Amino acid sequence: MNRRIQKTFFLILLWATSLVNATTIQTIKIAYITQEQKVPAALSNLDAFIQQKGLIGAEIAIADNNTTGQFTGQKFNLQKIIVPVSADVVTVFKQLVMDDTFFVITNLPADLLIRLADLDSAKRKLFFDATTTDDELRNSHCRKNILHMLPSRAMRADALAQYMMKKRWKKWFLVTGMSNEDQAYARAIKRAAERFGMKIVTEKQWTHTYDARRTAQSDVPVFTQGVEYDVLVVADEQGLFGEYFQYRSWIPRPVIGTQGLVPTSWHRTHEQWGAVQVQNRFKELAGRWMEEQDYGAYLAVRSIGEASVRTESNQMQILKNYLLGDEFALQGYKGKPLSFRSWNGQLRQPVLLAAARSLVTVAPIEGFLHPKTELDTLGFDQAESTCMNGSKNTNLAPLAIQEDKQSEGENKLQKLKQQIINKLKQFGWK
Amino acid sequence: MKQSILGVGLFSFLVSLSMLSYSVQAETVFVTLEKDNALAVVDPIEGKLIKIVDIGLRPRGITLSPDNKYLYVATSDEDTVKIIDTETFAEVGQLPSGEDPETFALNPAGDRLYVSNEDDNLVTVIDVANKKVIAQVKVGVEPEGIVVSPDNRWVISATETTNMIHWIDTKTNTIVENTLVDPRPRAASFVSDNTQLWVTSEIAGTLMILDVNSKQIIKKIRLDIPGVSTDKIQPVGVVIDKERRWGYVAIGPANRVAVINAQTLEVEKFLLVGQRVWNLAFSPDQKRLYTTNGKSNDISIIDLESHKVTKSVGVGRFPWGIVSKP
Repeated sequence: MNRRIQKTFFLILLWATSLVNATTIQTIKIAYITQEQKVPAALSNLDAFIQQKGLIGAEIAIADNNTTGQFTGQKFNLQKIIVPVSADVVTVFKQLVMDDTFFVITNLPADLLIRLADLDSAKRKLFFDATTTDDELRNSHCRKNILHMLPSRAMRADALAQYMMKKRWKKWFLVTGMSNEDQAYARAIKRAAERFGMKIVTEKQWTHTYDARRTAQSDVPVFTQGVEYDVLVVADEQGLFGEYFQYRSWIPRPVIGTQGLVPTSWHRTHEQWGAVQVQNRFKELAGRWMEEQDYGAYLAVRSIGEASVRTESNQMQILKNYLLGDEFALQGYKGKPLSFRSWNGQLRQPVLLAAARSLVTVAPIEGFLHPKTELDTLGFDQAESTCMNGSKNTNLAPLAIQEDKQSEGENKLQKLKQQIINKLKQFGWK
Repeated sequence: MKQSILGVGLFSFLVSLSMLSYSVQAETVFVTLEKDNALAVVDPIEGKLIKIVDIGLRPRGITLSPDNKYLYVATSDEDTVKIIDTETFAEVGQLPSGEDPETFALNPAGDRLYVSNEDDNLVTVIDVANKKVIAQVKVGVEPEGIVVSPDNRWVISATETTNMIHWIDTKTNTIVENTLVDPRPRAASFVSDNTQLWVTSEIAGTLMILDVNSKQIIKKIRLDIPGVSTDKIQPVGVVIDKERRWGYVAIGPANRVAVINAQTLEVEKFLLVGQRVWNLAFSPDQKRLYTTNGKSNDISIIDLESHKVTKSVGVGRFPWGIVSKP
């Protein structure tokens, strides 16, 4: 009897606590999923391979969100899932990511991300792609439940091209590596060259061996001989040969692209607009510099934080509408508010152009204008995007509203035009 | 002919006499030079740099004690706030500010100093007389702007990443309320009758007017400048005159100071000053406004009767904080 009373009392207590929690604290559940990487080949041992790029960025942002959450009555949970090399990401995702976790941050390649986003259970989730730069994933392969945090290859190439245009270094010698990623980077470079009136005077593929003893001094001069150009553009995402070209080309020319002057969303030389604060905090926690992937994951978690604080909600659709709406403005240490492109879920952002030890400039470069925001001079603009026409994809939610606004504007313009014509007619114009 | 020459002579004599009496009315402006590790001392009436005093590593925030005897200067890379004699420039003490102090505020009585510790998400409360920390208040991420209300009721901490204004009760040193504001709030300032708080948002390019009673935003003013791209509209420093006729906002890389009618809350005009204007200070009689221009390495002097920039004075590298002493 006594025990039963105790038990009942305990149950009441439990119920009461959960009630208090339910009314006072709102929980926002976020999953972070990535797969361990095999250590890839590298040109040198100068920069050690970092296994967990991304995760610490998410952790810092969760701490930031929770600091804010103590004032808003919100708690942000981060579930970290690191899938071993041998395991299947989709299986692990199905097993571990629960139905009430609406927000998933991924550090995964495009093909795996698409497989997750197409799962039935993923329909009620919103994915934050913290690491890819894939243009296809933002165009023909786009999914309405994925937002992209890092600038696409196209945005990067456009940033480079804008600066080259300012410098009038218009004749480009393009060197492309053998991998699919290198080819994709080269495609973005060619697109940017066409958009901004650059001329690719020569394009060559680097097929040589990657051994520094042979290639460095002897092969590069021969490889680059006999061409007149302003800059050497390298497309070598893995960093297998691009570094060879600086100071070794036949004629003295700067190197840009994946090496030399690189377009990136984050760099250790970046310390403007409060960036030094987050750089310091990151270094203290991680014992290394903040990488792009960390910045991507940081922005993803911060986006969720910002949206849930402003909407006072933890519901997927409410947050998604807010994130893709006009009001969303994320502070990303780049001096401009960051927001999402409604047509493909790409985060609008300035792109840094950085050399190894100095931040050269930040794109969009002054003078490149756009009717809506200058940030949209980088990458696929609404009219160029093939995301809306993607067979698998329907339009992202707020697009309809935008179209309405646009047509409303057009109506007003029509009315104004008619009024002017009427006025002119009054004065005898025919 | 002769008479007129005499007249001119007499006139110029009188003018120089009046100028003489004008310069007798002494005033000194102190400017921290972030990159020179120094303090610039300026005579604002003559518009001249008088001297440069070494002060410590990376000086930023600066305040004057109510009796005008001491300057408080945050030397950020030395993790301290230094107390400097305004006559001799000797260091007479240090306050335990915590790590990387940038901005701080002194209460009207001058016995409490409130410091933003940006990396630790704290506001440190210091007893000035005993040079001791008496409280630390947990605030949002990256606290920056900090101000004490003229009636000593509130300490305001603006957090740049949490995007909040925290209302700290000076009696209990606890947060009583939080107001969510536009992204990256930088600076805040009370009107003299304590009824309004003005807050700038660097990212949204807005000035927000908060009602102190309700702690709600009652008006947002977008500081758009015709012909200047919106990315350059990054408001930072904000001050309002005692009569609440005009408020002034420094708009960073737009190189301008906005003049705002403090009654109607409408922008009156924009004044072109030096590059990357961040912080502002009134002259003691509020007849002039001084601005620190971080990139052009000078300060601008604005005449507040005519609302015209009358002079710029080169001071040194990265002028940051500014304060004026009668």
